[in-house]
Formats: sequence, structure tokens, C-alpha cells
Amino acid sequence: MKELVVISGKGGTGKTSVVASFASLAEKAVLVDCDVDAADLHLVLQPRTLRREDFTAGSKARIKPGHCTACGKCEELCRFDAVYFDGPGNGKVPKTFRVDTIACEGCGVCFDFCAEKAIDFAPAVCGQWFVSQTRCGPMVHARLGVAAENSGKLVTQLRRTAQQVAAQQKRDLILCDGSPGIGCPVIASLTGASLALFVVEPTASGQHDFLRVAQLTMQLGVPGAMAVNKADLNGEVTRDLEELAGQRGIAVVGRIPYDPAVTRAQIARKTVVEASDGPAAQAIRSLWAKTQERLHLSLPAAVGGLVQLAAQE
Amino acid sequence: MTEPLSQSNLGFRLMSLMFCVRDWLRPPTRILQESGVRPGMAVLDFGCGRGGFSLAAASLVGPEGHVYGAIACVGRQTLIFTELCHACGGCLLVCPEGAIREVPKPIGRLRTGASGPVQFVEGVLNVGEAMSPPAIRAVKGSAPDVELTVLDCPPGTSCPVIESVRGCDLLLLVTEPTPFGLHDLKLAVEMARALGLKFGVVVNRADAGDREVWDYCQRQRIAILAEIPDDRAVAEAYSRGELAASCVPHVAERIRGLLETLQSGARV
Repeated sequence: MKELVVISGKGGTGKTSVVASFASLAEKAVLVDCDVDAADLHLVLQPRTLRREDFTAGSKARIKPGHCTACGKCEELCRFDAVYFDGPGNGKVPKTFRVDTIACEGCGVCFDFCAEKAIDFAPAVCGQWFVSQTRCGPMVHARLGVAAENSGKLVTQLRRTAQQVAAQQKRDLILCDGSPGIGCPVIASLTGASLALFVVEPTASGQHDFLRVAQLTMQLGVPGAMAVNKADLNGEVTRDLEELAGQRGIAVVGRIPYDPAVTRAQIARKTVVEASDGPAAQAIRSLWAKTQERLHLSLPAAVGGLVQLAAQE
Repeated sequence: MTEPLSQSNLGFRLMSLMFCVRDWLRPPTRILQESGVRPGMAVLDFGCGRGGFSLAAASLVGPEGHVYGAIACVGRQTLIFTELCHACGGCLLVCPEGAIREVPKPIGRLRTGASGPVQFVEGVLNVGEAMSPPAIRAVKGSAPDVELTVLDCPPGTSCPVIESVRGCDLLLLVTEPTPFGLHDLKLAVEMARALGLKFGVVVNRADAGDREVWDYCQRQRIAILAEIPDDRAVAEAYSRGELAASCVPHVAERIRGLLETLQSGARV
């Protein structure tokens, strides 16, 4: 089983449009939207939900106002400035302490050290994840609650579920839409993947962010391939990007021209290759062919990933 | 940098495989059950390794209990997985020997500078570092106290975004009139409301898509503070690392208008 993760470093480079098009070109794939903070793939693929699960990870502290004696120990120990002295009063004290659940990191220190046992520490529901059916195959996606943490854990959950779905339905490719940046959800979506496809923009900031995310894939031992989106916006930066990729052992697999058909496809809730046969659609088709070639070459990392997965199970 | 890392990675994988065999022969859950781990207990897995016992312990202690495992013991050597440490200070409080000491850990670099009259602060997280909120706190903490501070925030609605917008006077939500833009805007609005922040919307590439964003803002009574037209010249200027406000006159005009709207204290 191969796992292709499409990432960008910078946000808004056209990652999701590429993934959606790949989804309609791939024959036996399972789709995963790893961009759990702002999942957009479902807007194009319009999934029908088959299974829905709550995602609970970590716990949040809550002070029971009736039991709090306002000793202030929790406020003193909290390293995350999550405890406020503005809770409702009770028979014993006029004011109690309160935990700001958004600021609470879920370390549990206040819970352990509260002499009055006045603090609840229960697992928090951070979001929901779904297994759905789309016109392009099964899709695993999620909706993370606002300000919810543990997006990395949720990504790992999604990928594991996708591996199960792929095994059940005998599908040989997992196609992941990654998230921007280089933080926790990106690391979670890349670990053990067969190939990372960078979709980059030929801009100064696109280049800067590409170099950072390329350094990350190298640290994680994931082979890379790169495509420049809106390549004709700046030919010079495009050539620089391709050269930088070459120096890092990242295969250059295509250029996608700037094409208003991409936005029109999105508004029609279609993938670019479904909605148009223009320059962008043609470029994506050839990009898909080249990416598939790279996927078949990336055996060592896939084996490494399997060992890692076997170890996790 | 790459080579020693990949070597240790191989060692880790072999070790994990060995543990798999061990866990299969002697399931950690059974060992822990026999030693009396019950729901609600707090377990410190001192020597957690890859966490086989921590996970088993977590399933035994249930939602009421705790398992700690950022600290591991291999042979006679105690290891701390700094990547997993959230600096809660819990281990310092429970260590009876006072043997744990906290030291500052570099996770990125902070840079300050100036461009003309504009002062600038930037934080760059080290690659491979998962937690950016402390870096964001440092950037916000070192911004000079001036009349107007503008923060460029990451996308999404998770911890780094919350950390960036916390305590601001006004949140500008920049969106595009497309299904993706509108969907992510709705999430951002939900976040702004959960945090109780004042906010307004700027529609970028205003003529590139459909009218859904305007309909939504009208229904939700959200002020649209500016509309910036779609212009390839903006994208080209940006690709060269130049400012649209200094290269494209009609965009500059809109942005100046936005600034005036904000300074006049428009109700949002």
C-alpha cells in the first residue's frame, strides 16, 4: 500500500485542488483530509457520511464551584495562565477560581494538587471524524472543534482509519491532503508516508516555506516530489524553486499554469479535471502520471513506514 | 545532521520490532493488571521507551487516571523526550528527590528589525519542532509598545492561531469569494465569537468568485471593511517579494481606505 501526502508549507497554494483532481484520476484510492484545522476537500467531493465518531484526546480541567475554597493553589501552579479568579461564589467564599478551557493545556497539574478535590479532569471531545463515500472513492475526514488541540493525534487517527479502509476494500493508494506549515499536524501526516508531493507557488514566501517543509521531510526520511502551481506568475522564481528541489533530491514532476478554470471548478464543486480540459487540467493529468511513477520508485520509505506501523500496533 | 538521525531511526525501528515480539509473548496489559493498576490511578511510566506499557496503563486507568511518559529510563540512563514536554512543571512537583531541574530549551529564533518607519518582529520555529505557541508568545512579548501593532496570523483555528489573536483589539478576517474561502471564514468567525473578539471581513480577489461570502456576511451581520479586486499584477508583485500597496495603485488606494476605516474606529 502506498501513501501519498500532498503538502505545501505555505497555505493557499492549490494543494486541495490538486488532491481533488488526483482523487478523480486515481482508480483505487482512499482519500484523507489531514488538514483538520480547515478541511476543504469535502467541499469539492461532497461526501455522504457512513460513519461518525467523536474524537477525544487529552483532558481539560474544570473547577467545581461548589467545592472550591479559593485557596489559589491551581492558579499558582498553572503554567498556562488558564486559571482565573472570577468564578461564581458559594457558601464558603464570595468568589471561586475558574479554568479557561481554551487556554487549558490539559496537563492535569491543578487536578493532582487540588487539596479539596474540587477539580474535574475529564477527556475533552475535540472534534469528530468521519468515514464517507464520495464519487471518487472512500474518504476519511474530520472536523476539529474551534480552538481544539491535538490536531496531530487526530491526523494519526485519520491515517490509521484510512489504512484499515484501504485494507478492507483492497485499495492500494492512500491520498492525503496535508495541512500548511511545519508544525504538529504536518509532522503527523508525513511520518512513514511513501511520498510527499510539494505543491508550491513561485513567490518569495512560497519558496521560503518550501525550503522549511523540505527540510522536515528530509528529517523524517520521506522522499519528495515537487510541482509548481501558477508557474507562469514568475518564471524566474519557478526556475529557482526547481533548482533548489533538485539540490535536495526532490524530483520536479510538473508545472501547473495560472488558470481561472481552477476557481470556476471550485465554485461548481467539481475537481479541475472534471470541470475543464484547459491548461491547468492538462498539467494536472501529466502531473498525476509522473507522481505515480515516483510512487512506484519509493519502496524503501514504504518498507520503513510499514515497520513503524507494525511497531505501533 | 541527516545521517546520525537516520541511523538512530533504524535503531529505533529495530527496537520497536523487538518490543512487538515481547508484547506478543507477555502482554503489558496482563502484567499491569497483575500488579494492581486500577481505574483512576496515576501511573508514572518511568522508563516508558516507546510507550508500550504507557498505552496499556492508559487503557487500565481509564479516563479518570493519568499516565506520564515524557520521561524514559533506558538501562541506567534517564532520558527526557523534550518534544513531548509541554513544560507543565508536574514532574518537578512530584519528584521526591528534587532531581529534576528545568532549563530553557531553544525552539526557534526571534528576529527584530525595521523597514523604514515600520518596526518588525519575527519568530522562526526550528524545523521538526511541533509546538509553536511558546514562540508566538515570545514574538508578541517582544513587540515594541507603539500606537498600532499588526499581527500576521497563521491559517486555521487551532492553538497557534488562538495564541496569536488572544488579546487583540480587532481581528481582520481576510477571505476569498470561493467555497474554500467561505468555509474557512465561517470557522474563523466561530473562533472569533468563542473568544469574544471584535472582527470584520476583508474580501480579497473580490471579483474572482461567487457572491456567497456577501450573503453570509449580511445574514450574520458581519461588516465587510474592504474589497480588493482580483488582479494578476498583485500576484506578480507578491511573487517578486514586493508589496501590492507600492506596485499596484488601485490596490494601494483600497488598502489606504481600509486603514482609514480602522483608524476612524468604525463599528464592527
